[in-house]
Amino acid sequence: MLYREAGQFKTSYAKDWAIFPIAQDRIVVLGFLAIAFIAIPVLSSEYFLATILMPFLVMSMAAIGLNLLTGYAGQLSLGTGGFMATGAFAAYKLSTMFPGMPIEAVFLLSGVVAAFVGILFGIPSLRIKGFYLAVATLAAQFFLLWLFNKVGWFTNYSTSGVISAPPRTILFTDIYVTGPEASVTAKYLFALTLVAILALAAKNLVRSSIGRRWMAIRDMDIAAEIIGIKPLQTKLSAFAISSFYCGVAGAMWAFLYTGSVEPLAFDINRSFQVLFMIIIGGLGSILGSFLGAGFIIALPILLTNAPHLLGLNIPVDVISHVEYMIFGALIIFFLIVEPHGLARLWQILKEKLRLWPFPH
Amino acid sequence: MSATDQDTGRRIGDTVLKVDNISLSFGGVRALTDISFTVREHEILSIIGPNGAGKSSMLNVINGFYHPQEGTITYKGQARSRMKPHAAARQGIARTFQNIALFKGMSALDNIMTGRNTLMKSNFISQALYWGLGQKEELDHRAFVERIVDFLEIESIRKTPVGRLPYGLQKRVELGRALAAQPELLLLDEPMAGMNVEEKEDMCRFILDVNDEFGTTIVLIEHDMGVVMDISDRVVVLDYGRKLAEDTPDAVRANQEVIDAYLGVSHDDAA
Repeated sequence: MLYREAGQFKTSYAKDWAIFPIAQDRIVVLGFLAIAFIAIPVLSSEYFLATILMPFLVMSMAAIGLNLLTGYAGQLSLGTGGFMATGAFAAYKLSTMFPGMPIEAVFLLSGVVAAFVGILFGIPSLRIKGFYLAVATLAAQFFLLWLFNKVGWFTNYSTSGVISAPPRTILFTDIYVTGPEASVTAKYLFALTLVAILALAAKNLVRSSIGRRWMAIRDMDIAAEIIGIKPLQTKLSAFAISSFYCGVAGAMWAFLYTGSVEPLAFDINRSFQVLFMIIIGGLGSILGSFLGAGFIIALPILLTNAPHLLGLNIPVDVISHVEYMIFGALIIFFLIVEPHGLARLWQILKEKLRLWPFPH
Repeated sequence: MSATDQDTGRRIGDTVLKVDNISLSFGGVRALTDISFTVREHEILSIIGPNGAGKSSMLNVINGFYHPQEGTITYKGQARSRMKPHAAARQGIARTFQNIALFKGMSALDNIMTGRNTLMKSNFISQALYWGLGQKEELDHRAFVERIVDFLEIESIRKTPVGRLPYGLQKRVELGRALAAQPELLLLDEPMAGMNVEEKEDMCRFILDVNDEFGTTIVLIEHDMGVVMDISDRVVVLDYGRKLAEDTPDAVRANQEVIDAYLGVSHDDAA
């Protein structure tokens, strides 16, 4: 009843191919953006912003990156953590080598550095496919972390190996977004802006010719080559753009979320975490990247706090065990209900809503 | 030059593709032995032969997917023995497959849009911004693709993921994807396999219309002899990787060697 496209006529291909062709979708998306940009910073506590929304935004960015590579271009990768670390260390090196560089440029350039590293480790994808490629990308994960640990140049020869992000302000203002003086709200809004812009760019990419090339390679690489798609160029472009997103996510992690640059944050577990996000959220869906990140980041925190919020008095150790059990059960539940992820579940719901309350 | 000649591209012209002494083997198996034939501009040439005769291998050689051990292929005056499939696509060779090779996760429209990938030049930044050339290209090519959608009468399924479509429609979408590249040479590998009579008639109509309206040269593999004899200008007959005949449909029908191959005379006797 509420979600119906009857009466919305498309009179041009531009309108038919608009990013949200249905008016109700546009309203919902604008509503979400308004809540995220205005309501949340005003209403929510610093704790909520810093410990739930910040990691959610950072990991959404990483999940979009991996989803472009694995969900759209079909190249399985376990190097996400390595590419994130590349972004984090590139941001650190750039901002300490060129103190005058605007923080926006630092973030984008660290994404570009990660993109080049991604291209380098994407070269084997021309010959290796599927699970074997995943193993090959493990090389990126382990090599990059080893490099950042061993070579002192990356940490500016810091003895502890843990280095903190230098304070920087937004271009043309004196609002700090990194460093100890930055307020949580400023960090949150900066991260949200980055994620919103880059998510829009990702959505545009996957509905344009480059996205169709990726999906063609994913669905049938031989047929793709026969209709004129160059496999090497297409796969490497997917690695480059995916790694760009992962690199920016890594820089956000280090500069906006934790405030320190440490290789341990980007170990193999991080790569697996991002992979699980896109599997649960939905392979080949930008929305799915957000849903997956929300599921994996926010749900455990919610589960930990749920007994407290409900007024139940349960010992902490029991809570942590129950949390694992419920979390595991939910993963299995969602994978059985819809193997294509939460995004597909949402799509099915929309299709049902279009008809409701009539059966046909 | 009469008016009808101008209206249709269908005037059989000079040789556009020349296959010379092609031999192809996989290990010890000889798929093709010393095959030579020519394809003329604007004609419909059928390749027929019993199963395993090397028909699909021949198409795979033409569009660069297989590399023959011997022989050359001359396309539009350029001789070559090896090339990459995507290079063949850029020279105007498109094809469909015996077992449908669509991109299952994408809609019919997106599948046909991929057929135009060689013509889309905008860089990834303008695509990411969906602004400037990136957007203009999307919409211009969409307009062209809609003409193909109209032509193939698949308007109602344009946004359906192709994995959900019935077989006959998938074949049509695949033809659409090949046509989207505006090919000069179209290779069709059993476009009518597994279709009922109505679907075959539709497909024949599309093939003849493509040939007639766009002047596209067509090389066709088909097992339905009625169809082959009706729509082909010339027929090449292969058997066990050798060429038995290359002639008009009527002459091929009367050829004793061809009859023997199809009726199953043992090869010792036929030789």
